[in-house]
Amino acid sequence: MRYHVIHRTTYAYDGPVTVGHYVARLEPRKLPWQDCPWHELHVQPNPIESTERDDYFGNTCSYFEVEGAHEKLEVIARSYVDIRPSAFFEPSKSPPWEIIRTACRSDRYNAASSAGELCFGSALIKPAPPFADYALVSFTPKKPILEGLLDLTRRIYTEFKFDPKATDHATPIEKAFNQRSGVCQDFAQVMIACLRSIGLPTRYVSGYLETRPPPGQARMIGADASHAWVSLYCGEELGWMDADPTNNVLPSDRHITLAWGRDFRDVSPLKGVTIGDGSQTLSVGVDVIPIGDT
Amino acid sequence: MRSSQTQSFQAAPAGSPLTPPAYGPMAGGIDEMLDASGQVRPHWQSFHHWLSQATLGDLTGRMSSVRQLLRDHGVTYNIYDDAMGTSRPWELDLIPLIIDESEWLTVADGLQQRGHLLNALVADIYGPQRVLKQGLLPPALLYGNPAFLRAVMGVQPAGPFLFSVAHDLVRGPNGGWMVLADRTQVPYGQGYTLENRVIMANVHADEFGGSHVRRLGSYFDGERRALQSLAPSRKGEAGILMLAPSPRSETYFEVAFKARQIGFPLVEGADLTVRDRRLHLKTLEGLVPADVVVRHVTDANCDPLELNAGGDQGTAGFLEAWRTGSVALANGLGSAVVETPALNPFLPGLCRFLLGEEMKMPGVPTWWCGQERELQMVLSNPNRWVLKSTFHRGSKMPLYVANLAEAEKAKVLAEVRANPHDWIAQEMLPLSTTPAWTGEKLEPRPLVWRAYAYASGSNRVVMPGGLARVSPETSNWIVTMRTGGLSKDVWIVGQSPVKDTPLQQRAPVAIRPTRPPSSVPSRAADHLFWLGRYAERSEQTIRVLRSVLTRLTGERISGRREDLQVCASLMDHINLPTLAGATIQSRVSALLSSPSLAGNVPMLISRLVYNAAAARDRLSDDTWRLINRIQRDSRFPEGRLVLSTALERLDTLILDLAAFCGMQLESTTRGHGWRFLEIGRRIERAQLSALLIGGTTLHIKDRPGSLDPLLEVCDSSMTYRRLHFAQPTLEPVLDLLLLNASNPRSVAFQLSALRIQTEQLPTSPSLSADLEQKHAVDLEAELHSLDLQELSKAHQGTIEAVHTLCGSLDTRLDLLSTRITEHYFSHATRQIQ
Repeated sequence: MRYHVIHRTTYAYDGPVTVGHYVARLEPRKLPWQDCPWHELHVQPNPIESTERDDYFGNTCSYFEVEGAHEKLEVIARSYVDIRPSAFFEPSKSPPWEIIRTACRSDRYNAASSAGELCFGSALIKPAPPFADYALVSFTPKKPILEGLLDLTRRIYTEFKFDPKATDHATPIEKAFNQRSGVCQDFAQVMIACLRSIGLPTRYVSGYLETRPPPGQARMIGADASHAWVSLYCGEELGWMDADPTNNVLPSDRHITLAWGRDFRDVSPLKGVTIGDGSQTLSVGVDVIPIGDT
Repeated sequence: MRSSQTQSFQAAPAGSPLTPPAYGPMAGGIDEMLDASGQVRPHWQSFHHWLSQATLGDLTGRMSSVRQLLRDHGVTYNIYDDAMGTSRPWELDLIPLIIDESEWLTVADGLQQRGHLLNALVADIYGPQRVLKQGLLPPALLYGNPAFLRAVMGVQPAGPFLFSVAHDLVRGPNGGWMVLADRTQVPYGQGYTLENRVIMANVHADEFGGSHVRRLGSYFDGERRALQSLAPSRKGEAGILMLAPSPRSETYFEVAFKARQIGFPLVEGADLTVRDRRLHLKTLEGLVPADVVVRHVTDANCDPLELNAGGDQGTAGFLEAWRTGSVALANGLGSAVVETPALNPFLPGLCRFLLGEEMKMPGVPTWWCGQERELQMVLSNPNRWVLKSTFHRGSKMPLYVANLAEAEKAKVLAEVRANPHDWIAQEMLPLSTTPAWTGEKLEPRPLVWRAYAYASGSNRVVMPGGLARVSPETSNWIVTMRTGGLSKDVWIVGQSPVKDTPLQQRAPVAIRPTRPPSSVPSRAADHLFWLGRYAERSEQTIRVLRSVLTRLTGERISGRREDLQVCASLMDHINLPTLAGATIQSRVSALLSSPSLAGNVPMLISRLVYNAAAARDRLSDDTWRLINRIQRDSRFPEGRLVLSTALERLDTLILDLAAFCGMQLESTTRGHGWRFLEIGRRIERAQLSALLIGGTTLHIKDRPGSLDPLLEVCDSSMTYRRLHFAQPTLEPVLDLLLLNASNPRSVAFQLSALRIQTEQLPTSPSLSADLEQKHAVDLEAELHSLDLQELSKAHQGTIEAVHTLCGSLDTRLDLLSTRITEHYFSHATRQIQ
């Protein structure tokens, strides 16, 4: 499937801003099942300096500086993304989860212990016993890891309420967990906390989801938004398996991967520090337009 | 077992009853001064010679000299906090720690190797990670380490990752020194080390001079040269900056002290900006590229864009600028990754791999619970261990498992089992002791010696000295300045006299450097401007309060009680805070001593001190001493005001402030820094005078005696009497206070100074001072449009004209101040997204 993704971010500042420094992670990753044949980042006003590099987790990140008084900054990322559906794997045939946990704890360096990096706490996600207790309901002894993953995904989907008013971007995951509500970012981060708390390495994945309109209605431009889900390390054979607790699905060809890291802070699509007076208003719009099969 | 009386001091000379009690080290331990048989070790002999003959009076006398010097130098552990500057004084012991040079050479050799090793390890961690792939470093020790900064991965810095490091050393039971901990991010404590040395060399001048103590001067000279050689572009003089934390930070004092000693400008994150991925200093005249930054700020506070999404400290793009190699950092970002003592067991292997050498100096034996075998060892016999956090030094106190209550112990061990990689275990180590002076006697105290080293090309240079700390009590083994402890100077004593230069700048100096004297950071100018304003506002406020107090006591001839109401209204004219229902006396009392009344004397002085501290590297030692004195003299006891004491205090404060003003006049180079201080002072004095004159004239008809206090507050009574030999009358007073340009207290004098200074404000092609100059010229023109001769013919006209004029001057001065602030300080409000 090929998509045309347009991600538009606008900052409107109260007073003029004289200098701004920004880091963007808006270029979709190139993966075995995903290609990005074309990508363009457009910044207005024109940056005086910009540069690109791969970050620690392999995401492309763009650094740019905007100088001169401006009251509005617009960043538009446009990409073509091709995605192949992922192969089905029989969950009951996946290895017991404890084997993965032990392998990731090894103090020898190998694929599993490298993945083990994602067991540790990060700025926004601190493993803790209540998360472990919640996860262990799904990860009963000897449970095949994929079955556990599916069950945990389903439980968060059914037991948590999707409620954009319940949290904001600064809500700690402990609060989202205790009140059992939030948005996709909270669902993903809570699920990561659960998995890491029982010693399973899990990534935070940011990206887009193509939301199909109800039959007979036109697709609304701008209805789509940034999305987030998780990816669990399931051993050398299976590798990293994605799961989307907001929609109770294992992502296939409708999830477009932008970037991954330990938590939201590692993959924030656009981060900026500006110098100037006053406050700002942020607006974000994402269009995911299916172009057809490639 | 050794007797505790083995070493006693000689009786004092006849006639002196005060003899210091004997010093007896703890049984079974190693003492730095006395050997196992109680004999004085050879390298202590020279100092001990004095010690053994000193009377209690000698010791007490020298100790009070130490305290006096610390106070004069304003050495504090926490220089400033908002609650009225209750910073804790730095504690320095009278007795230095003395170490034999031949032993020091062995230690230095070990530390050089350790510095190379840690630097190579950091470079590998942020580079090829061979140590991980070879299995020499367990992955969890890296991945679980919060100091491992993913954003630094792949950076190839200009210069080494670790330029300057500190090592905490202890002498173990076998007599050798071991490394207890490494400080690889910021080598804290060097400012204190310098300060301690200056004081010790002063207080023990004879013993210091007579005992071949290695000097610190060449260490800091060498460090300065090594920093210069780090500059990525070798054109001209390198722009070397010292990046300091906020003046409120506990380490600010020592950073500022070192900056002044070593001579690099002290800047804060807000002084810097990144343009074209290059780090620049914002100066009054524009952006100046920075080549080397000596960093005294933790990683998270360096770059809000990449390192700390939550905070607003630092400079956006700092990391990116470093990434390009256009600026060298001492030390590199992410260097704290090798601070964890959990590395200790792995260092010998890492040393063989990275340097191809055996480790020369051991670390304190450490077991990291992240490994199965070690974990089981710790859990099987928990009482043997001291448990510490692997990654969070300082924030959690070490736990002596044997001393814990059962419930607590079970809780801790459960936590170790749950997160084993977060814990390390060490055995209880008996540390060596050294004599410390308690004020009454010498006591043996366990000690930690912080040693320092810097990188010079492919070498590492170790400081012949350092900072020793001893525990607050003999039985207490926890040695940290935070929980209260004594610091000590460390003397490395050689066999032969030293051929070394004293501690001061000795690098070849250009007779008059071509560098413009003006590269004043905008922020420093901002603080100097406000320092000028607050110094003046404090003085005027105190003058007003003094005039009220003299009337309250009625003790002084000049102060007639009838004038009390008049004087009290002067407080209103300069907008001092009012208190509902307060009498004049209780209002004055609150203005002098209330800790929380905006605009009162404690608040004004605290702002003055804050701005002085923030510009500290631009103030001379003597000026700083005055600031300390002002701070000390301004502490009025809360509660009932004792009038006579208060008056005395106010007199003293006025003298202090006058001395500060004199320093500014006589001891400060006329650079742009001085200019902003001067402009601040002149604006404030002109403004307050205008308010006082405007307010007084309005009430002159109801209160004919108003002119005396006005003249008094404006320090012009004498002048008036000399000129007129008569009771003050309106027009002559106004002439003297407003128009007489030869009176340094007159408004005319201030405005003329402002005009002269605004003409010399820094300019550049993109920055003109036209508007400031126009404001200053207009101010003067408006003042001199006042024709008192003409007006005096109709009394009423004078009052109205003067009142209007004063109001207008007040507004115009505000405009000038705002213009200067916006133009030169452009203070950045920050937004984080």
